[in-house]
Amino acid sequence: MADSKTLSPLDLDTPDKTYLDANELVINMGPQHPATHGVLRVILRLDGEKVLGLECVIGYLHRGVEKIAENRTYTMFNPYVDRMDYVAAVSNGLGYCEAVEKLLSVEAPPRAQYIRVILTELNRIASHQLWLGTHALDIGAITPLFYTFRDREEILKIFEKYCGARLTTHAFRIGGLQYEAYDGFEKDVKNFVSFVKPKMDEYEELLTTNRIWLERTKGVGVISGKDAIALGVTGPVLRASGVKWDIRKAQPYANYKNFDFEIPIGQNGDTYDRYIVRMAEMRQSLRIIEQAMEGIPEGPIMAKVPKVMKPPVGEVYHSIEAPKGELGYFIVSDGSTQPYRVRVRPPSFVNLQALEVMCRGHLVADVIAVIGTLDIVLGEVDR
Amino acid sequence: MNDIITYVTSYLGSDLTPGMAGNWFWATVYILLIFVGVSVGVIAMNWLERKILAHMQVRLGPMRVGPHGLLQPIADALKLLLKEDIIPAEADRVVFWVAPFVVVLAAFTVFIVVPFGPTYAVTDMNIGILFMLGVSSLSVLGIVTAGWASNSHYPLIGALRSSAQMVSYEIAMGLAVVSALLMTSLDGQGTLSMIGIVKAQLAEQQWFLFKFFPLGLIAFLIFAIAMVAETNRAPFDLPEAESELTAGFHTEYSGFRWSLFFLAEYAAMMAVSSIAVTLWLGGWLRPFPNALSGPAWDLAFSLVPGIAFLFLGGLCFYGTARMPKHPYFRIQTIGLAGFGALLALIGLVLFLPGPRNLVEDIFWFTAKVAGFMYLYIWYRGTFPRYRFDQLMKVGWKVLLPVGLALLVLTAIVGMRSELWADIHGWGRP
Repeated sequence: MADSKTLSPLDLDTPDKTYLDANELVINMGPQHPATHGVLRVILRLDGEKVLGLECVIGYLHRGVEKIAENRTYTMFNPYVDRMDYVAAVSNGLGYCEAVEKLLSVEAPPRAQYIRVILTELNRIASHQLWLGTHALDIGAITPLFYTFRDREEILKIFEKYCGARLTTHAFRIGGLQYEAYDGFEKDVKNFVSFVKPKMDEYEELLTTNRIWLERTKGVGVISGKDAIALGVTGPVLRASGVKWDIRKAQPYANYKNFDFEIPIGQNGDTYDRYIVRMAEMRQSLRIIEQAMEGIPEGPIMAKVPKVMKPPVGEVYHSIEAPKGELGYFIVSDGSTQPYRVRVRPPSFVNLQALEVMCRGHLVADVIAVIGTLDIVLGEVDR
Repeated sequence: MNDIITYVTSYLGSDLTPGMAGNWFWATVYILLIFVGVSVGVIAMNWLERKILAHMQVRLGPMRVGPHGLLQPIADALKLLLKEDIIPAEADRVVFWVAPFVVVLAAFTVFIVVPFGPTYAVTDMNIGILFMLGVSSLSVLGIVTAGWASNSHYPLIGALRSSAQMVSYEIAMGLAVVSALLMTSLDGQGTLSMIGIVKAQLAEQQWFLFKFFPLGLIAFLIFAIAMVAETNRAPFDLPEAESELTAGFHTEYSGFRWSLFFLAEYAAMMAVSSIAVTLWLGGWLRPFPNALSGPAWDLAFSLVPGIAFLFLGGLCFYGTARMPKHPYFRIQTIGLAGFGALLALIGLVLFLPGPRNLVEDIFWFTAKVAGFMYLYIWYRGTFPRYRFDQLMKVGWKVLLPVGLALLVLTAIVGMRSELWADIHGWGRP
């Protein structure tokens, strides 16, 4: 396996060489494939089952979200961001709303911020649950998927009650919230927290000490903290490599600085550590939700924002810790009602770069495991 | 005419299998019965797997086609038969055509020597177990040719995985089988005949599972692991790993040809389970032959098949009572009640002395095989999938050495008990 590290990456310009060499097999994994989490296409160069090189081809789900933003007002673009990382729509909305708020120099009132934090953390749990189910399914354990979807359903029910949508929620508005928390919101969230805690033990019972799971995930897709930083990898993937970087702590936004939680980190940077980190993160999210439920202040839910938003000329970059990593919005305003340019820094897109480093020299089955552990959403990669 | 009747009736009451007795008529009847029985078993297994797996995964499984989805496998089979028969343009047509038949043939031929009872087998070869291992490993040929003939990348990788896997696990499997065969030969009457092996367990009043504890148990466990790998089932389902190779060696197959692979896979599962049942679990013998012996217990155990069917019928009636009382469900409710009544009727018939004695052996054999089938489903619901190199590691570095050591140990322990029996005149059953 050591020698494969020195091999050059896949050279698509000279395909003849690869086809003439009878020991090598070039296969297209995707865009139609059960385990590439959407329409990712991976061109694999294989020696038997060993991966010599791979290249990701993306863009099959490109909808031009950033370009659309240039033709929409700030308010009109808000629902579009939900369609990027559609399993963590609330986080996307939070990032966008806060970025525009920064541009407008307004701040959401405390009550709005508390509800935002609760919903965002619920969404983090939902996103991680979906990741866990599909990741386990990729590795061959078909049952956890149904358990995680059963429990994720409870979160989606809360979203539905709150804002009427389950997936693409459009939960937040620039300057705060449109909807007050519905009657029984607190009860629902508290019920969910007590409901999901034993369920998390259930997932762990199925996987954490399972011999096959350990063999399939330990030492697979290793990425060192240095490499991860060099590639711009963020989120649980970075933290599993031992780098304690969480934007909720590093550059607190919303009102995360009021909450007491830990940043789980791993040591080895392998798939198992990423699994452990995400499982711990779900529990930390529950902690944050519990604290936030205790202290929701009374007050308005919407700051004073103009009806027609014309932010001053300038630019702003605001990033939040989305479930998958650093989600940043770079917005340039030319003083009109529409942004001059919106650039999204999606965590999935950047994390996907690490795929080749993590896979080379491993086997085909590991490529699947690594795609799963990177937790990519193609809607966000292609935008 | 009289000759024919005499020929047909002459076999009745014989204590040999039709193949041994040389009676072609009954041999053919048995072959047809086994073919039908295995096919029905595959259909039942299909339904059970989907239902049991569904209940493990907090969902209901098929519920729409027939009461509780009972007719779902039939609907699926019809759908598969009616589908367009696609042969890829670049495929090797002849080989592509032949491959599924090789697999099915290998899976079904094996059942010729499976003893469902002392006389309920098509024939009793003196090399029965060798025949079973040999023929069942032929199916790898069909899988490799299927993968090769598809002329496509994923099937090719699937076929390569499959061949490597089946070849390496066959060795561990063979070692475990030999250790069981050693146990039959302790009285100087070793046998490879499937019926002979069960009769040896009957003579010793002990299943080989518990013989030379824990040696028999370990051999059984080796076989139980190897047989899952041999049949390409989870957690060793790499050749058809859905998340990696879409569908492995049968990616390019569809419709009837695909259903042949499906049929063969399930038939092969039953076949290897029958080997395990025959070698270690006493074949058609009822449980507890030594602890609970005597005519009273014999009678009690012979009533179990009837009770089992009555229980299944009762389950159906329970389901009927729980059916929604909506006119939409009326036909389904009636169907379920009818099915329950049929099962209960079978149960009642099985209480009569005649059918009772006829069916008892088959019942115990099938029940044991069904236990293995449940294990297969359970594995599938619980385990992640092994990676290819780890699979090889388990086969070559764990099962093979353990199997070899076990073989030597069994031989030593066997010889010791032989010698002691000769010296002291005890220990021999």
